Amino acid sequence: MENILSVRGLTVDIPLASGTLHAVRGIDFDVKRGETLCVVGESGSGKSLTSLAIMGLLPKQAQRSARVLDFEGVDLQTASNRDMRKLRGDRISMIFQEPMTSLNPAYTIGDQLIEALLLHRKVPKSVARERAIELLEKVGITAAANRMKQYPHQLSGGLRQRVMIAMALMGEPDLIIADEPTTALDVTIQAQILRLLKDLQRELNMAMILITHDLGVVARVADKVAIMYAGEMVEAGSAAEVFTSPKHPYTRGLLNCIPVPGKTAVGEHLGSIPGIVPSLIGDVAGCAFRSRCDEATAQCASDIPVRISPAGHLYRCVHDYDRSASLSVNQPKSGEA
Amino acid sequence: MLVYTLKRLGLALLVTFAVSVLSFALLYLSGDPAAAIAGETANADDIEAVRLHYGLDRPLVVQYGEWMFNAVRGDFGESYYFKLPVSQLVAERLSVTMLLGICGISFALLTAVPLGVAAAVRPNSLVDRIALFLSVMGQAMPSFWFGLVLIVLFSIKLRVLPPSGSDSWQNFVMPTIVLGYYAMPAIMRLTRAGMLDVLGADYVRTARAKGAGEFRVMFKHALRNAIIPVVSLAAVQMGFMLGGSIVVESIFALHGAGYLAWESIGRNDLPTVQALILVFSMFYIVFTFLSDLLNAWLDPRMRVG
Amino acid sequence: MANTTETMNTVAPKVEPEVLSSPTPRQILLTKILGHKGLMFGAIVLLTIFLMALFAPLLAPYDPYHQDLMHRMIPPVWDAKGSWENILGTDHLGRDYLSRLLYGARISLAIGAIAALISGIIGTSMGVAAGYFGGRVDACVTFLINVRLAMPVVLVALAVVALFGGSLQVVITVLGLLLWDRFAVVMRSATLQLRSMEYVTAAKAIGCSTKRILFSEIMPNIANSLIVIVTLEMAHAILLEAALSFLGLGVQPPTPSWGLMVSEGKQMLLFQPWMIAIPGVALFILVLAINLLGDGLRDVSAPENRN
Repeated sequence: MENILSVRGLTVDIPLASGTLHAVRGIDFDVKRGETLCVVGESGSGKSLTSLAIMGLLPKQAQRSARVLDFEGVDLQTASNRDMRKLRGDRISMIFQEPMTSLNPAYTIGDQLIEALLLHRKVPKSVARERAIELLEKVGITAAANRMKQYPHQLSGGLRQRVMIAMALMGEPDLIIADEPTTALDVTIQAQILRLLKDLQRELNMAMILITHDLGVVARVADKVAIMYAGEMVEAGSAAEVFTSPKHPYTRGLLNCIPVPGKTAVGEHLGSIPGIVPSLIGDVAGCAFRSRCDEATAQCASDIPVRISPAGHLYRCVHDYDRSASLSVNQPKSGEA
Repeated sequence: MLVYTLKRLGLALLVTFAVSVLSFALLYLSGDPAAAIAGETANADDIEAVRLHYGLDRPLVVQYGEWMFNAVRGDFGESYYFKLPVSQLVAERLSVTMLLGICGISFALLTAVPLGVAAAVRPNSLVDRIALFLSVMGQAMPSFWFGLVLIVLFSIKLRVLPPSGSDSWQNFVMPTIVLGYYAMPAIMRLTRAGMLDVLGADYVRTARAKGAGEFRVMFKHALRNAIIPVVSLAAVQMGFMLGGSIVVESIFALHGAGYLAWESIGRNDLPTVQALILVFSMFYIVFTFLSDLLNAWLDPRMRVG
Repeated sequence: MANTTETMNTVAPKVEPEVLSSPTPRQILLTKILGHKGLMFGAIVLLTIFLMALFAPLLAPYDPYHQDLMHRMIPPVWDAKGSWENILGTDHLGRDYLSRLLYGARISLAIGAIAALISGIIGTSMGVAAGYFGGRVDACVTFLINVRLAMPVVLVALAVVALFGGSLQVVITVLGLLLWDRFAVVMRSATLQLRSMEYVTAAKAIGCSTKRILFSEIMPNIANSLIVIVTLEMAHAILLEAALSFLGLGVQPPTPSWGLMVSEGKQMLLFQPWMIAIPGVALFILVLAINLLGDGLRDVSAPENRN
């Protein structure tokens, strides 16, 4: 199948008073139709900026560059503002992290849903309205016709996120980017929203990029996984591959942090990764994870090549995976900061 | 919504009552009205005669009660100076002041809101700096002096506008600018701050992600929310402006209620002054009341549940 | 705050060296104040005007009240007909304009400062009481604020000054009694916010008296916004006095008030525009300086600017 989105060497630099912040440092990935790519990383790893860079919605001062930034044959780098506007909300949709504040408090749900379609299609308002009601029902909102007349503040967070999803679907997008869509919601609601997204993605045969810091989410929905650390993609491949044989120490550290039902004993110490993410201001050389990595050697300070595992997934680490080493990662070393 | 309206209405009435008591007490306690009416050349007998004639010898509470009782029916007594019903005098002059107020607030809004939006869209740009400069100037410039400067410029040097009078629209140009410029800085600053705030809001990003153009994002999504506090401020400013019209009207000899107030104070015409204080505070009360309702109507969070 | 570094040293001995040598909050504030152009400009201009007013008797070349009908309306030195005898010329009674301007600064500053002090005391006590005690006290104060806002300030001030007679004391008192609304509004909301803070609750829990909580917990924390309003209301009072005097119902002649000088110059608008230009510009610069100082203080003391 053909790639819907191809990204090569995407970087985002933000000039600050204290130097340039290299927030995203040359990442590559592809998404195909009907496929879900999960981008995983902690706060500040550049995952949200990556999604905004694709949408062309970066803050004004941020600078984007890439070797390839191709969406179904359209080069997003050279596309005019007008062309980008036509793509946004129509062929690429985005769902944000904060359902509580992502809807405009001054307009009804209906107005906002209808606007999403009327911005892109010359259809009568009644048609847009019908589609909005249909989609509200599809995302599991009962009494959709009545909800249309309500204002965002009258809805709970879970409902608002469903409305945001319906809004993203108004234009029948080919690609949907969901930036931590469940982070702000209750745990019980999280599962429902995630299932809904996954079902819709299958049903409508869309490509989806799901941005998250929650590996539990990834395990449930991902076809492909990309692990980001300090603005770099440290490991990428099929979800099964990355989960069963992680190659990068950071990925292994992350996997050790989640309890596995049946395997992790009650009261057992869960893993944690000591240390903090290094500053990305100014020139960054070598492996960004080396200050927190137990396997770090002198070699890690030089440029790290991208390597391919026997099973075909990519990782950015000079060391060969040694199963015994993974155990040492989850034991915090005392006295180290 | 109905309960809210009634509550606000009750409060407004209570405030009106308190203002009338206060202003009545102030005026009638601060000096001897009878002596003031009789004039400087009057002797003790004359003053006593005046006192009896106007009923000023009765207890203040009785005088107030009578005044209030009549005022509710629209009768504010007789002017000491003109010997005419005060209500008639005030009514004649009010249209000029109201026209001036409407022109002034429109001028203020039409300059302040676009400037505030432009300044917020490009912070620290040239437009932002000009807007800031204008607002700092406006806050520091005494309006009576600004009025005189305009007269020197447009009436004496350029000879394009009449310096005084209230007969044609040309008489209103300079007073409108002076009064409008007085209200403009606060509205501009609030618009700018509100827009800056709203432009960083998540729903503005959502609008962009939907594919809305910049113009639509600014005016439909952002300004609609940023304008809500501006509406309240404009209403309050309108009330202040009408109260402040006394200065502007006296500079340009615009025969409105403010000018009448100034003249009446000079003439010790207490019933007229008392009525005008009440009328001007009513303006403020009515405008804030209307702005509360308008706000509730503009902000769905206040309107519905 | 000066001993912050020592405290840090004992609590966390392992902190890195840069942290130890980092500036104290007071130093940061000072750097910010010195780096704020508007604030510095306002402060320097205001200080200059203050010094000029203070030393007016030494600086003024003539007695501001001395009339010399032989030398009336001499234009300032930069005019062709002006001379160094009277740098800013003379007024319609032949009084030296520069001397009157210098003494006028005293009037403006005194009115601004004392009126702001009176209204500050009234407004702050009302606002703090409303915010701290809430309930009926709050309802009462809120009502009074509404009443006060509804009264047309210029009109009421004019009427009262007209009836009492326009002396400096009357003008100051009237303005002081009329301009407390902003103090009350801001102090009320500031106190309301503080009241729910943990450290205030903690002070209550350990049994501090209301008086002690108000003065040692609440007051220091609202001091910043109080200073900002003091400056704004000072500017407001100065402008109002000038307007009242301009309308002939403020400070009475022959007192050299800037508003009165503009009013007297108004008669000569056609031929001697400098007579209104000079006191007008003086008033503008003074108010501008106070406003810039106030805005600057608000900027540097804004919470998001701390640290």
